Amino acid sequence: MIWNPDFETLESAAMSHHQAERLGRLVDVLYRRVPFYRKKMEAARVKPQDIQSISDIVRLPFTTKDEMREVYPYGLLSVSLQDIVEIHTSSGTTGTPVVDAYTAGDIEVWAEVMARTLTAGGTGRHDIVQNAYGYGLFTGGLGVHYGARKIGATVIPISGGNTKRQLAIMHDFKSTVLACTPSYSLYLAEAAREEGMDPSKVGLKAGFFGAEPWSQSMRGEIQQQLGLLAIDIYGLTEIIGPGVAMECEHQEGLHVNEDHFYPEIIDPATGKVLPDGQKGELVITTLTKEGTPVLRYRTRDITYLDRSPCACGRTTARMHRVLGRTDDMLIIRGVNVFPSQIEEVILKVEGIEPHYQLVVERRDQLDELEVQVEMNEGLFSDEIRNLERTEKKIEADLYATLNIHTRVRLVEPKSIARSEGKAKRIIDNRTQGGTR
Amino acid sequence: MSVKQISVFLENKKGRLAEVTRTLSHEKINIRALSLADTADFGVLRIIVDNPDRSVTVLKSHGFVAQVTEVVAVEVEDRPGGLSRILEVLDQDNVNVEYMYAYVEKSRENAIVICRIDDRERALQILEKNGIATVSAEALKAL
Repeated sequence: MIWNPDFETLESAAMSHHQAERLGRLVDVLYRRVPFYRKKMEAARVKPQDIQSISDIVRLPFTTKDEMREVYPYGLLSVSLQDIVEIHTSSGTTGTPVVDAYTAGDIEVWAEVMARTLTAGGTGRHDIVQNAYGYGLFTGGLGVHYGARKIGATVIPISGGNTKRQLAIMHDFKSTVLACTPSYSLYLAEAAREEGMDPSKVGLKAGFFGAEPWSQSMRGEIQQQLGLLAIDIYGLTEIIGPGVAMECEHQEGLHVNEDHFYPEIIDPATGKVLPDGQKGELVITTLTKEGTPVLRYRTRDITYLDRSPCACGRTTARMHRVLGRTDDMLIIRGVNVFPSQIEEVILKVEGIEPHYQLVVERRDQLDELEVQVEMNEGLFSDEIRNLERTEKKIEADLYATLNIHTRVRLVEPKSIARSEGKAKRIIDNRTQGGTR
Repeated sequence: MSVKQISVFLENKKGRLAEVTRTLSHEKINIRALSLADTADFGVLRIIVDNPDRSVTVLKSHGFVAQVTEVVAVEVEDRPGGLSRILEVLDQDNVNVEYMYAYVEKSRENAIVICRIDDRERALQILEKNGIATVSAEALKAL
């Protein structure tokens, strides 16, 4: 199902034309009304009239998260404060939060792109959407809420946490759609089984999962355990929240709502734009945003773009599921390793559940990566050598894929902390307070 | 005749073994024999208890990974060469003993050894043919 065929199936010349027009208007507004951007454009020696086509975007300066923090709280406003109807911020766990201020028009766009998102995974008017993303300053909760309302579905605004209640609501109200982080969906499935419920039989048909990196193998686990179609969604507070890109039922890359959010892939070291299909850092420009528009925002997410036609009929560019973060990348003895690569490998091993943790230490000037994997009934054996064989097998598989030596350690069940929000996968002990 | 052993996964961390024994003692389950095999990181505790099925349920509900393993309880003459004879008999027929440990019982003339053998049925036949007695679960419980 396609919510807005006019834009989602627009042919590419018309899309470029639309994007160029929106970009021209945006640059004009930013130059006149936002001193932060006027300064940046002056430094880059570019004027609004230089931007004639969408390819001229490469002349414009990038925006980084740190820069957005420096102008906290209102430095990015391009309208007067009285036109702002809602404000969200990033969590601020890594420093000053980034502010996203929405006009009534921005909220309308947000509802539109989230309606597209939920529709792409099969949500319709008759669905009951259990929205377990946190409501509040976090954009996940209200983003899904506005989209579901726009479609005319029934929203249960249960917000995050309170697992027992989630299960009771899911059972009693017969939720058909679940929205939460991927790790929390597995936590819910595990808790359901402990309560004697079969999570694959509660009637969920689709799940919209985002806000943290996850892998194809984890998708397999989620789909099997919860008996639903697991849709990857992408968004970030700095841009709008969820709604930037989403998978369709074919699950082959995330369709970017590029009439609103223009995507580019750059080499994170040089800033040079890379051709389609090449891996690099995703950069997004908000073409239609009014409250706090952003020019060429460096997301720090690693992915690549694919503009080949999708079987669903949408013509929008697709981004591959996020492969990692430029800042989450672990450098182990000089080799770049993304946690998502490790997850992909270990979840392929028969019997392993997606409860794992990566611990990085430096011993005698050498980096050591320990992969802790939780023991479960399927993996267990009364014979030590079988258990050691499991450890060795994972180590060999990791070496074959990543070309680094790791130490795999089996740990007792539930010894790795469960999360109700974003899963904490990495403990880096090489730098003081280096825990993420 | 085979006997049920409980195998439990333990991390090599302070207090984990004590947690198992405490859990079982709360349920008034008696440990009759015990063996612990370990590596630097983890261990596998193997125990013979008076109520195997209940033990597994209780341990699982306390978050342990535990399973029932079928083992053989063999009577061993309490004199030099007693154990040696049994192993020779099994060895001659190429039956491999994965691991073994002694059962704690003082007041009998024969000792009892718990053996984990992959090909259990064949091992039992060989032992019987050679006049080596095994002990049933019921008999073990009655000791």
